[in-house]
Amino acid sequence: MSTTAIETKVALDQVLNSGVEARKLSSVEVTDYDNRQTVGKITVDHPKMVCRGVNVYYGEKHAIKNVGLDIGANEVIAFIGPSGCGKSTFIRCLNRMNDTIPICRITGQIKLDQDDIYDKSIDVVQLRARVGMVFQKPNPFPKSIYENVAYGPRIHGMVNTKAELDDLVRDSLERAGLIKEVEKRMNEPGTSLSGGQQQRLCIARAIAVNPEVILMDEPCSALDPIATAKIEELIDELRENYTIVIVTHSMQQAARVSQRTAYFHLGDLIEVGDTDQIFTNPKHKLTEDYITGRFG
Amino acid sequence: MAISQDAHTVKQFDIQLANLRNLVLEMGGLAEDQIKRAIAALDEEDMAAAREVIARDRLINGLQLKADEDCVSIIALRQPVGGDLRLIISLANTVADLERIGDGAKKIARMTIQIYDGVSSPPSAKLLRDVTPMAELATDMLHDSLDALARLDVEKALTIIHSDDELDQEFQSALRRLITYMMEDSRTIGHAINVVFIVKALERIGDHCKNIAEHIVYLVEGKNIQRRRNIDMNMDGSAQAALAE
Repeated sequence: MSTTAIETKVALDQVLNSGVEARKLSSVEVTDYDNRQTVGKITVDHPKMVCRGVNVYYGEKHAIKNVGLDIGANEVIAFIGPSGCGKSTFIRCLNRMNDTIPICRITGQIKLDQDDIYDKSIDVVQLRARVGMVFQKPNPFPKSIYENVAYGPRIHGMVNTKAELDDLVRDSLERAGLIKEVEKRMNEPGTSLSGGQQQRLCIARAIAVNPEVILMDEPCSALDPIATAKIEELIDELRENYTIVIVTHSMQQAARVSQRTAYFHLGDLIEVGDTDQIFTNPKHKLTEDYITGRFG
Repeated sequence: MAISQDAHTVKQFDIQLANLRNLVLEMGGLAEDQIKRAIAALDEEDMAAAREVIARDRLINGLQLKADEDCVSIIALRQPVGGDLRLIISLANTVADLERIGDGAKKIARMTIQIYDGVSSPPSAKLLRDVTPMAELATDMLHDSLDALARLDVEKALTIIHSDDELDQEFQSALRRLITYMMEDSRTIGHAINVVFIVKALERIGDHCKNIAEHIVYLVEGKNIQRRRNIDMNMDGSAQAALAE
């Protein structure tokens, strides 16, 4: 390892051991994790989540290799990369969705604010309330539109009266930009909505439990351009109050909605940087080749 | 990073980019030829050749139109990013500079026709003495900038930027000499003014070559050195003070 790499490693160890926030590392431009470099600055000034040395194994398969990355508060960060590069695996680590896969093993550290989310004391249900998720295909519960949104706050005991619940449901649907379309049909099944509306219903359901981070795994891949535009506009509005991590196969979408972009390749985090820089002047050849459509 | 030389998965995209690059280089070759023809017409007092230079400017304008259309089409249909985006932007800017270089050649041809209009007596050789070395420098700069563009050669592009300082100094010297002649003998004023336009056109051609060199640096390195230099100028108190005077 080069001197800079060793200094980086020492500095990182200090951060991990002392619990000091990663912002002190902001001068580190290139990070060497056991000789595998991520190009760009993995740290941000105000991190919401701090991931260090994250490895994910599916049985023998090493799906995520020593990834370190900060997710900044109130930023939209996009994960891009070819299929099988680990971006979905990595996003699923952020609210422990991989716990449901028996052969999946995760090492390293992921912090949400100061809490290590893989610590034994963490209640996974509470964690997933703080770190919500929206999936590729809209998956409303087979219940009414109202019940879809009311379900989370009710099981988390967030409201005491019906009036409070009504307000919360309305507020969530409003934030998800859906209220005008559904206010007169709250008791109709969620599945009666169009695909784009269903996806916004799922977003309303995710924000009803007042999360801090919203994970979106290809939220628009099943939607038409109009519904996609509405979701993208919504993402931009939600950024004021939430931190958003989005996995997308559409590079134009990553460019449009995110402030930072991370490029994954075969389980490695190859490059991370401001979206503007990644799409105009990427530093790593693999990133350049991927975004410009040179797929080898 | 430097621009990727690998092929795109979509072959048609590579073909479009290659065609655009060839078009721009063809336009550059034409512009270079136009300057040489304009200077030759001036040297040989050949009015027919000067008129031909003026007529041929339309060829350059036509290529500009085609290249602009191709740039717009590639942006609309391919949504280029990274090195591809920088290539399109650099080529589009280069096309604009080449068109202006073509205008410079046309300007020299126009002045040639005015100088040798058959009414006034031809100018003395000393009035025109700065034109040939300046024209050589300008054509070399254009040739080198096209070469640097074809090879994506940043080192060469940087030398062109320095050559422009030399051409600017030549222009200042030429201007001083021409002013001196005009002050010495007011009968030279008519021709001298035409020569001023010619050396000014050559000086501007140098500026456009410098611009092309800067586009090449942006294309390869992703750095906008033009903007940086302007900012440095603004930061520099002495430069500001000089402007204020």
